Amino acid sequence: MSVILTAVATLGAIGAGSAGILYLVSQKFKVEEDPRIQEVQDTLPAANCGGCGFPGCAAFAAACVNADSLEGLNCPVGGEVTMDRVAAILGQTATKAAKKIAVVRCSGTCEERPRLNQYDGVSNCSIAAALYGGDTGCSFGCLGLGDCEESCTFDAIHINPLTLLPEVVEDKCTACGACVRACPKDIIELRKQGPKSRRIYVSCVNKDKGAVAKKACNVACIGCSKCQQACPFEAITIENNLAYIDDDKCRLCRKCVVVCPTHSILELHFPPRKETPPAAKEEEAIANA
Amino acid sequence: MLKSFRIGGIHPKENKLSAGMAIQSIALPAQVVIPLSQHIGAPCQPIVKKGDKVKVGTLIGKSVGFVSAQIHSSVSGTVLKIDKAMDASGYKRDAVFINVEEDIWEEQIDRSEALVTECNLSAKEILEKIAAAGIVGMGGATFPTHVKLTPPPGMKAEVLIINGVECEPYLTSDHQLMMEKSDEILVGITLVMKALNVQRAIVGIENNKKDAVALFTKKVKAYPGIEVQPLKVQYPQGGEKQLIDALTGRQVPSGALPISVGAVVQNVGTLFAIYEAVQKNKPLIERVVTVTGKEVQRPCNLRARIGTPLTTLIDAAGGIPESTGKVISGGPMMGKALASIDIPVAKGTSGILIVPTLEAKRKAMKDCIRCGKCVQVCPMGLNPTLLMNLTEYEVWDRAEKNAITDCIECGSCSYTCPADRPLLDYIRLGKGKVNGIIRARKN
Repeated sequence: MSVILTAVATLGAIGAGSAGILYLVSQKFKVEEDPRIQEVQDTLPAANCGGCGFPGCAAFAAACVNADSLEGLNCPVGGEVTMDRVAAILGQTATKAAKKIAVVRCSGTCEERPRLNQYDGVSNCSIAAALYGGDTGCSFGCLGLGDCEESCTFDAIHINPLTLLPEVVEDKCTACGACVRACPKDIIELRKQGPKSRRIYVSCVNKDKGAVAKKACNVACIGCSKCQQACPFEAITIENNLAYIDDDKCRLCRKCVVVCPTHSILELHFPPRKETPPAAKEEEAIANA
Repeated sequence: MLKSFRIGGIHPKENKLSAGMAIQSIALPAQVVIPLSQHIGAPCQPIVKKGDKVKVGTLIGKSVGFVSAQIHSSVSGTVLKIDKAMDASGYKRDAVFINVEEDIWEEQIDRSEALVTECNLSAKEILEKIAAAGIVGMGGATFPTHVKLTPPPGMKAEVLIINGVECEPYLTSDHQLMMEKSDEILVGITLVMKALNVQRAIVGIENNKKDAVALFTKKVKAYPGIEVQPLKVQYPQGGEKQLIDALTGRQVPSGALPISVGAVVQNVGTLFAIYEAVQKNKPLIERVVTVTGKEVQRPCNLRARIGTPLTTLIDAAGGIPESTGKVISGGPMMGKALASIDIPVAKGTSGILIVPTLEAKRKAMKDCIRCGKCVQVCPMGLNPTLLMNLTEYEVWDRAEKNAITDCIECGSCSYTCPADRPLLDYIRLGKGKVNGIIRARKN
């Protein structure tokens, strides 16, 4: 009997002693953490996508708490709602950042851009791009092997098996930028989502001369500069035979879309056009602006 | 027992269909397209414009930067335009288009066949002539030769190694050149020995070319300091580091250049070009190209001017067979499948291999069975399956630690994998990424 008692007593004493040491050590080496960091982190979406520029939500929360103002800090996934909550916790005001979305700047579907050879290698855009220009005449366009789809943690971009081009699911895209980094051809860009998701962009990245680009793909930008001339707001620049619309300057008048001879400028989510004579249209655009 | 490198290696079917076929010169094409980037390093700046008349050997592309090589016109005629053209890289790059008119050569080029053994030039003058002739490594890597022959400060070459291995299956251009131009190659060796100030040169030839071994063994007796060494038939015996190991027993350390063990390696094709440049004032304007394939009517070795369309060469070999599934520039192991055959012959085009559809198709990738065959055959002692996984999951720091940048891209791992995993494709991608990271860190 005494053996059992001795054992219990000894172990009990060791346990109590160890607990005491642990308590003292934990008090001595305690790390003071701002409780607000945890609070901010709890309001974040916990997607850990890195779209904010920080390695995960915890790092972003710490950055928000430690920063003097929330300027330049934005959670692309949570958007305005989340940032307002974060601002409320920290007693600051959130800066309004325009919601962005990924756009695929290539419209070279199988019909528009005939396949000239067959790629038989690994189904990976980066590997294919290192080997050659691609299976069409356009060496700038989408390879369609789905690096963007694989990189997306939100299930928001998919290769359409009919067109072999990626399509963005607008409700799911958080503009984290993973696909932008994954694309070896720099085709995907984050652009302002625009009011009612209305946006206009040049859906082509081909820098070849017009004739070469057009031969490779029916819907290539040929750098003719008609859109540049039509734009009343100087939002369009042409560099290396390729037009680019600055989404800060663009007022969504849609004039460039009409003049583009190759239909390489796309408009999204606009109401159907009224059949108005061109002169009236022009007045309307200026009035709208 | 024949010498060989100490680790790894494979022995694919040799298929040297065009062996023994005499080198034929093909007729001049109507137009040549000469790419301005035919070497590793900075592309050349064009110094001709539309409408200019050029002769054979006229300089048309001036090299910019140290690692670069001059480009000369391979034909006489009128410059049609300077425009983008597809090359073997699969991308459109700047090139000079020349319409061929007659065949007028620059006056200083000696076109006679007579062998010139005498050379009174100094080492520096020889190097200058090599640089002026735009010579690059003809084995396929196309590294500018004058750069390779200029050891970095503080390093000295002790031995010159001549690569007559041609370990790639199918290719025979080097073999045939050795048979037909042995004297010129040997004079070329003496020139390079003089330029490097080395007293010893070893010619390594794989033992499946017994006639070349015999011919060189007989002829080197007249050239002091040159030895011939037959080598075991094993791929990649022609890899620079493998060849040094096989011939001298020295191992080039990880990440270092061959000069760090006192060796400089030159291909036999390069040596022939050096001979022509130094003794005949002839820039690099033509090369020997093997056109081969199992279904090709007449596999052959052709001497073609740089810029000749590949289609002209293929036609000379009997045209494209109906069963063609893939056309490869280079050999089957390290060559590159072409997106189009409307491209010109460049300085690095050692062969054109036409593969029938049945053999061209890649097999579907299966799961790794952990057999370790890729580790066994890797001649650099790497772990290919690990490197592939590290690349797939983008673990660049570990890839760097596991020496991904030492990969010589020989393809032995992919060749041997029983699960048909595209090991090299991934490793090549990872190697590029890691090299980029290392460069960024240095800057």
